[in-house]
Order: sequence, then structure tokens, then C-alpha cells
Amino acid sequence: MTELSLRELVADQATTVVVTCGSGGVGKTTTAAAMAVAAADAGRKVAVLTIDPARRLAQSLGLGELDNTPRRVELDAPGELWAMMLDTRRTFDEMVLAHSSKERAEQIFANPFYRTIATSFSGTQEYMAMEKLGTLSATGDYELIVVDTPPSRSALDFLDAPQRLSSFLDGRMIRLLVAPGRGVMKLVGAGLTLFTKAIRTVIGGQMLTDATQFVRLFEDLFGGFRERAEATYQLLREPGTRFIVVATPEGESIREASYFADRLRAEHMPLAGLVMNRTHPLPASLSSLTVAAVDAGISAIAETDPLTAGVLAVHGKLLAINAEERRMLTRVTRAHAGLPIRQIPALPTDVHDVADLRAISL
Amino acid sequence: MSTAEPAPAAPAAAESVVPGWAAASAQARLHVVTGKGGTGKTTVAAALALTLAAGNRRVLLIEVEERQGIARLFDLPPLPYAETRIAVAPDGGEVRALAVDVEAALLEYFQLFYNLGLAGRALKRMGAVEFATTLAPGLRDVLLTGKAKETVTRRAAGGEPIYDAVVMDGPPTGRIVTFLNVTVAMADLAQRGPIRSQAEGVATLLHSPSTAVHLVTHLEDMPVTETLEAIAELREVGLPVGSIIVNAVTDPLLPADALDAAAGGDLDAAAVADGLAAAGLTVDQAGLKTLVEQATDHAARVTREYELESELATTGLPMLNLPRLVDGVDLGGLYELSEMLTDQGVTLDRERP
Ligand SMILES: Nc1ncnc2c1ncn2[C@@H]1O[C@H](COP(=O)(O)OP(=O)(O)OP(=O)(O)O)[C@@H](O)[C@H]1O
Ligand SMILES: Nc1ncnc2c1ncn2[C@@H]1O[C@H](COP(=O)(O)OP(=O)(O)OP(=O)(O)O)[C@@H](O)[C@H]1O
Ligand SMILES: [Mg+2]
Ligand SMILES: [Mg+2]
Repeated sequence: MTELSLRELVADQATTVVVTCGSGGVGKTTTAAAMAVAAADAGRKVAVLTIDPARRLAQSLGLGELDNTPRRVELDAPGELWAMMLDTRRTFDEMVLAHSSKERAEQIFANPFYRTIATSFSGTQEYMAMEKLGTLSATGDYELIVVDTPPSRSALDFLDAPQRLSSFLDGRMIRLLVAPGRGVMKLVGAGLTLFTKAIRTVIGGQMLTDATQFVRLFEDLFGGFRERAEATYQLLREPGTRFIVVATPEGESIREASYFADRLRAEHMPLAGLVMNRTHPLPASLSSLTVAAVDAGISAIAETDPLTAGVLAVHGKLLAINAEERRMLTRVTRAHAGLPIRQIPALPTDVHDVADLRAISL
Repeated sequence: MSTAEPAPAAPAAAESVVPGWAAASAQARLHVVTGKGGTGKTTVAAALALTLAAGNRRVLLIEVEERQGIARLFDLPPLPYAETRIAVAPDGGEVRALAVDVEAALLEYFQLFYNLGLAGRALKRMGAVEFATTLAPGLRDVLLTGKAKETVTRRAAGGEPIYDAVVMDGPPTGRIVTFLNVTVAMADLAQRGPIRSQAEGVATLLHSPSTAVHLVTHLEDMPVTETLEAIAELREVGLPVGSIIVNAVTDPLLPADALDAAAGGDLDAAAVADGLAAAGLTVDQAGLKTLVEQATDHAARVTREYELESELATTGLPMLNLPRLVDGVDLGGLYELSEMLTDQGVTLDRERP
């Protein structure tokens, strides 16, 4: 197994962007934040873009204020740590402002359909994370930017989201619903008219009116958006960019990480390696306590000394967990020979502040 | 791998915890399973379906999140949008599964009221459904709850229900109330017509004793908080809550009378050293220190779990417990969990509505 050192990765001057991804709840935000702290500890000026961090971690990084730009975090380190929390809606607004006149932007902001897209379309958060990365990178203010990705149900969502949002916004569907019976759609005829009628009943006429207005307002902006998204995705293929896939030692999460590794390879996006988070390594000091020894020990004293028997049982449980984790790891290394891997032991409590982040073994 | 274990400590909170399965749940025909993401909704829904199928019954397990979680759990290829037999209960019952495909369900739904003809497929190709469901997120939910209702109320030629129970692997706690209550909102929105009466029918079923919403949680701060919030919200809108299913509970391995001291960091290291010697094990000072630390972490975790369990008990709801299976949940593990539910009284009432 090739060892991955995240500490070396972020200290390396050649690394300019690191993206953490993986399925929900595996530790993407935690790993991103810990890497950013490590980069500052290594003397670099680093910005970390977090997405929906846990409340206590956000507080301790001073992420309470939502102005959608990085804030300096007080840190006893030779480098500088800047941190921010993504505000999706605001990033979208900023993007609209950058591509249109003030009046036009105001009209767009007032449109209820825009508000739906900017807050609840399933790809918006992913798209805006990349948009923000593009903006931060363009400032040239940071030696390194660490980007977290949204808690998506699948790690792949974040690569597909921009495409999804683009085809959503290009207005084809809206035109169809608003003015059916024209062009290609004539072919499918009466059934379609009924369908659009049905959809209108459910969505409501007002929503469609808003949508139509939105498409008109948005038409000129659209080309600009697309170019920008493409530029950002190009940034993800640059030599200074590195992806980290995070997983926990569970079947589901490993499967997801595996798909993601394959997909990145196919897209020529540079994967630095896999983080196996929340593992339970065995302390060297107890190497003599094998499963057999523990079992025999428990049988010998279960009646006379329940306390020590219990202590041994706790250790026996850890042995079992560790064995299962190693089995998982073997599966990964077999499927992805040569993929560098970092194991991060589970801390006894959740990760709340900089001290906890520094305790994470990178 | 098996490790011999001493007799487990009795749960400290035992007195305040009512048994796990209410009579109302035994009568319910639609069982909706919700919980914070990753706490075991899919696993528990599947185990529950197996348990309810016992005694030669037929149970349908519905998945609504389009993730093919059920197929993965049962180690099957992706399920089609059709009710498929996936498992048998130990004594002859049957579990079928349905992974609802929202697109297909939308077309099916409209087909019910309008004759779409060929338009259906063309719309699908164009992404019309994703578009419509994004514009009106409620539409998705209406379709899914509508489909659930259809399966619950479907009857055979002789008039008896096709399914003795329907178990839904539902959306997470954050969305469950909007999801289940969407038909109420929809009935308000659509003034008349087929959609209105359809929505009313679904709302009636969901708010009736035929439905039970069960909440899966881990004994950890965030999931417990979310569970308590969801229960309050469900109650507020009059959706019937069934059981709390506490999943992946830590097996208490230390004797009950030593637990508090151990959790407080006062584990008697000298006594453990003597005990190890008596058991014929040689462990050096560093090793002993590590063992004590491990036991302390374990005790802290177990006592915290008891506290959280008591917090959940304040809801007065029945509670079921499932342990954390060390090797993860494979098919065998699923039957094991199902058996534990049976042992805690989970069953369907003999009488059919
Ligand atoms: N090595 C670790 N030891 C202990 N706790 C950890 C560890 N890594 C993460 N956690 C905890 O696990 C929880 C989830 O971590 P985190 O928020 O980083 O995951 P995420 O992948 O960003 O989740 P989401 O998909 O919801 O964004 C947090 O409470 C965090 O403190
Ligand atoms: N009692 C248990 N013991 C051990 N592992 C479990 C247990 N219950 C669930 N798991 C594991 O935990 C993980 C999450 O479970 P599951 O997929 O059922 O959760 P979920 O709530 O449906 O998740 P999601 O929110 O992603 O749909 C899976 O890997 C599953 O095998
Ligand atoms: Mg996160
Ligand atoms: Mg699930």
C-alpha cells in the first residue's frame, strides 16, 4: 500500500488547489479544514472554502459571519489561514451581477423562479462551490485553496451538477411548457398538450409566467455562465490541482469512493489519493493480545473478575473492528493498485476546533 | 470472528423505557421509516419488512430516494420500476420491493387522468420530468406518496389487500414532514379536479391509524436532536408516530456497577493488572494504560448513550434497539436484525382491516 501524506501534499509549493470529495458524512469538511491548518502550519497562505460545516467547527473557525469572503483565522502558525463558508445564494447573485447590468440583475433577483433555482435546484450548491473556487483562484491572493464539496448523496453529483444546471437553464423546457405545439414538439401532438396542461395544473400558472420572464432576462447571460463554468473545470485539470477522496471503512462509502476514483481518472482530473477516515488502528503495545488470547483470558476470569473480563472484551471488540477495517482496505487496494492511501484514526470525540484539527493525523 | 463476552450490564435507563412496538403499529398497514442521513433507514426498513412478513404474509418494501439502496443491501442488480420479489421470511412470508422511479411514476400518474399517447417518452427524453419536479418539488412527493397509497389500498379480486403491509424507506428527518404533508398542501393548491381528490385521498391515509412513522436514530447528539425535532413536527401536523428504533447501539461490555467510575476516568488500573495476571496474560505498563484508555472511552460512550436514550424516552414513544454489527450488514446480518425486531415484539396484528 502506498502511503499518502496530506501534510506533505499541502506543504508542497506546487500544490495550489486541493478538493476533498466523497459521500455524505465521511469527513470531507473535517479533512479540508485540517489540511488548511496544516498548510498554515507549514508556512503557507491558505484559504479553505467549507460547505455547511458542523455548527461548533464553524464557530471555532469564526465562520459565523456570512459575507461570502474568506476571513483570517487567528492561528499560532508561521503561515496564514483564511476560512469561509459557502453562501450559495450569494455566490449565484454575485455571478449574475458580474455578467449583467445592475437593473437587469435586480429584475432577476426579484424573480421567484430565480429564487427557486438559486436555492433549491439540486446542482446549484455544487456549481457555486466551483464558481467560488474560480473567483478565489483568480484573485491570486492565496498560495493554496482547499475546497470542500457539498454533502451530496453521491460523490459524482459534484462533477455532473454544472451540466445539469446548464441544460436546465438553457430555457428549452420552459419554452416547451409555455408555448407547446411549436417546432419539434408538434410531432408528439395532442398528448403533449394534455401533459403541459397537467404540469401547469400542478406547478401553477404563476410559476410558469415567472419562468418565462426569467428565461427572457437570462438569455444573454447564459453564454457567459457556460464559459465561466468551463474555465473553472479547466482549473480542476491543472497541474497544481489535487483531488482527495474521503471514505469511511464501510462498504457503501468505499464503493462510492471507488466510483469516484475511476471517474476522476476518466476525466483526467488528478487524484492524489484516498483518505480512509475514522479507522481503529491497534496500538503496538498490545500486539500480544490476539483474539485467541483475549478469548482465553475472558473464559478464565469471567466468573471471578467481571471488570477485567469486560476490559478484555472491549479490546476484543476493537480487534474485530480492526480486522474488518483491514479487510475493507484490502478490497480497495486490490481494486485500485497503487492508489496512495491515508488512514486517519477516529478521535474519541467529534472535531470541534483547531486543536482537534491538529490532532488529526494527516 | 467471535469474542467471548461477559454478561452484559443492564441498561441503566431500562425503567423509563416502554416496550418497543405499540398496538397501533401492529394495526398499521403503511410503515414509513425515517431518520437522519446514514443512521440506517434502509437497513432498518428492510429488516422491518422481513419481520412483518413472518407468518406467511406479503410485505412490500418501497424505496423513494432513487438510490437503489435496497438492491445493494440485498446484493441484487438494480431493481426495475416493478414490484419484485426479493426475499422470503423464515417461515414462508414474502418481501417484494419497489424502487419508485419518479419519471415513470409521473407519466403513470398523468396517464391515469389524461391520455398521453406517445408524448410520454418524448417528454422523458427531454428531461421534462426533472424540470417539472424541480419547479415544483412538491410534485415529486405527491407522486411518491401517491404511489405508496396505491400499493397499500390495492386489492385482489376477492377484495382482500394485496399487501399485508407496506414499508417505506423514507426521506431523512429533515424532509419527512414536508414529504408526508405535501398532499395536504397540494389539496389546498389545486382547487378541483382529479389531482385534488387524489391528494385528499393520500392525506387521509397518511393521517389515519393505518399509517405509522418510525424514526431510526443513533445514540449520538445530532441524530437524537433531529429525531426529537422531527417527532415534535410530526405530532404537530397530526401524522401518527410509531416507534423510535435506536440503531447501532454499543453493546455495554463492562459490568454496570463499574461503568460510572470507568466513564469518569476512575477505572481501577491496579485491579485490572491483577486480573490480567490471573487470566494468564502478560501486558506491559504501556499496554495496561492503553487497555484502561480503551475501556474508559467505551464506558464514556455507553453512559452517553444511556443519557441520550433517556432523552428519547421523554417522548413516551415505544423504543426498539438494534446493536451495531461489527462486520457490517450483509444479508445474514439483515435476518439477524429482523429476528431481534421480532424478539422485541414487532409484528402485524392478525386481524386485517
Ligand atoms: N477522524 C475523526 N474522528 C472523530 N470524528 C470525526 C472524524 N472525522 C470526522 N469526524 C466527525 O464526523 C462528523 C462528520 O464529519 P464532516 O462534517 O467532516 O463530514 P462531511 O463529509 O463533510 O459531511 P457532509 O457530507 O454532511 O458535508 C463530524 O461531526 C466530525 O466532527
Ligand atoms: N446495526 C448496524 N450495524 C452495523 N452497521 C450498520 C447497522 N445499521 C446500518 N449499518 C450500516 O450503516 C450504513 C448506513 O446504513 P443505511 O444505508 O441503512 O442508512 P440510511 O439511513 O439508509 O442512509 P442514507 O441516509 O444514506 O440513505 C450502511 O453501511 C449499513 O450497512
Ligand atoms: Mg461537509
Ligand atoms: Mg438509505
